[in-house]
Amino acid sequence: MAGGGPDHALVRLDRISKHFGEGETRVDALREVSLDVYPGQVVALLGPSGSGKTTLLNIIGCILDASSGAMEVDGETVLRDGQWLRPNLRQLRLDKIGFIFQFHNLIPFLDATDNVALVLRLAGADHAVARARATDLLDYLEVGHRRSAMPSKLSGGEAQRVAIARALANRPRIILADEPTAALDSKRAEIVMDLLRKVALEQEAAIIAVTHDEKIFDRFDRIFSLRDGRLEADTAHAD
Amino acid sequence: MNLAYRDIRHNLGRFLLTCVGLGLLLGVVLAMIGIYRGLVVDALTIARAPAVDLWVVEANTRGPFAEASRIPGDIREAVARIAGVTSAGSITFQTVEAEHRGAKLRLYVIGYELTRPGGPPEIFEGREIARSHYEMVADQSTGLILGDRIRLGRHVFTVVGLTQHQVNSGGDPAVYITLPDAQKLQFDLSPPAARVEVARGTSGSSRDTVNAVVARLHANASPEAVAETVRRWKHLSAITQEAQELILTRSLVDRARRQIGLFTSLLLVVSAVIIALIIYTMTMEKLKQIATLKLIGAPDRTIIGMIVQQALALGFIGFAIGTTLIVNIKDYFPRRVVLEPDNVLILGLIVFAVCLVSSALGVRAALRVDPATALGG
Repeated sequence: MAGGGPDHALVRLDRISKHFGEGETRVDALREVSLDVYPGQVVALLGPSGSGKTTLLNIIGCILDASSGAMEVDGETVLRDGQWLRPNLRQLRLDKIGFIFQFHNLIPFLDATDNVALVLRLAGADHAVARARATDLLDYLEVGHRRSAMPSKLSGGEAQRVAIARALANRPRIILADEPTAALDSKRAEIVMDLLRKVALEQEAAIIAVTHDEKIFDRFDRIFSLRDGRLEADTAHAD
Repeated sequence: MNLAYRDIRHNLGRFLLTCVGLGLLLGVVLAMIGIYRGLVVDALTIARAPAVDLWVVEANTRGPFAEASRIPGDIREAVARIAGVTSAGSITFQTVEAEHRGAKLRLYVIGYELTRPGGPPEIFEGREIARSHYEMVADQSTGLILGDRIRLGRHVFTVVGLTQHQVNSGGDPAVYITLPDAQKLQFDLSPPAARVEVARGTSGSSRDTVNAVVARLHANASPEAVAETVRRWKHLSAITQEAQELILTRSLVDRARRQIGLFTSLLLVVSAVIIALIIYTMTMEKLKQIATLKLIGAPDRTIIGMIVQQALALGFIGFAIGTTLIVNIKDYFPRRVVLEPDNVLILGLIVFAVCLVSSALGVRAALRVDPATALGG
């Protein structure tokens, strides 16, 4: 297990199930998925289309409830028996979870700095503080020279780094990444994954990524396969 | 960080183009309101010009504007002697087509008695008619200027004064001449026709006929009471100024007024639908961004604020463009466009309300966006 202590899981899923529809139309997207992810770990979720990867990511991201089971986020039980225990999930996402998207999903009308600063402003940070932190993050991710560029002017790799900076802005404990390297060539994909590993270790964050990109499998500490809604394998890599 | 402003700035060209389009539409709405108001004001202008309290016309008619009216000229003396009347004057109205600088000029000729009620309200340039024949005060909208000479009937008139905004309900510009000149113009026959009348033995009839007698009353006299006296003892119709204005607006221009009013209402509805569609489309184009904003923790008020602010900016800028456009070109319309500040203000409030209501559609769509759509499948 790479980094962090095993005593305090940042994400703990306990027999999470999720089905859509009822009767003949019922689809079991997830079946009793249990998973603990610790600080500093970089975890991959693999699986064919429709296996439940995105459903699992949505549940961990607190944007989709489960049909049954329980979930802890950073030590706080937020979901039990398929019911949210915390009323303000938006605030939970803002404080604890960062998102990285397949196509970076930067806000097109904000420059790189403001895309990052936006998250801090939403969390109530002062304008100057937010921009200073955003600038630091962009420098940290080696894209500081593009801080004033609009997303349309950024290359795929640069845009994804800005997106990572945005995901890190509020110092989240959990980072959820949906195909973070799918839009990148192999060289840039490796750079991005190295960055994520660096972030996980330095900020003691847990990173959970849905990916199909075999070239980057060696960058993950643990690799889980989802098939027909079941978590089938846990491959641990030694660093 | 104002997201609405940033989005607008990012797509400034497209946003401004949309505002210009909306502005043109709102300009048309404003122009229609102005034309509507202008129609009413034009209709009342001639009736208000003599600043009188009573109109005495032919019995059982609602003349001289809504119906034809002919009464003997000496009625003026009889009216002037009625208790409560301070002064009275005979007037005639007729529409003629004259030729001026090679073009046809349609004129609304008003004949009045010098020094008596019925003349032009205010001379904008030049002077009043001083001679008893062949002088004319013309409205500026005729295109005539001081010193111009123009033939009406068999005589040439010289323009000695100019008025402003004196047109009849059909939009024809008014010219004022003396009553005798107007009577000659209206009732004198051409020489061949006169010979025919002589041959028929009917040429001796008096031409001292007028269309109406207008009267000013004492401040404490009741127009209704004086009108009743005229009706009872002189066997004529008498219409108070208030009733005359009502006839003009409710009867003479009513159909045109309602037509324009209905068209204006339709334009307002079309504008509202277009504003709603623009705002809805602007929101739908941003659904992915809205989903991302929601996913990263943006509260609903941030998203609602963005949509509502953009809707209001669109409405405000469009309205400003439309108003500026119409205020600057309204004088070039062939008929008067009257834009009162309250008309502009009311349309502004309507646009504001329409933008708010329209943004509700976009807000509804935005609030229904599932943040999960920001993540791929």
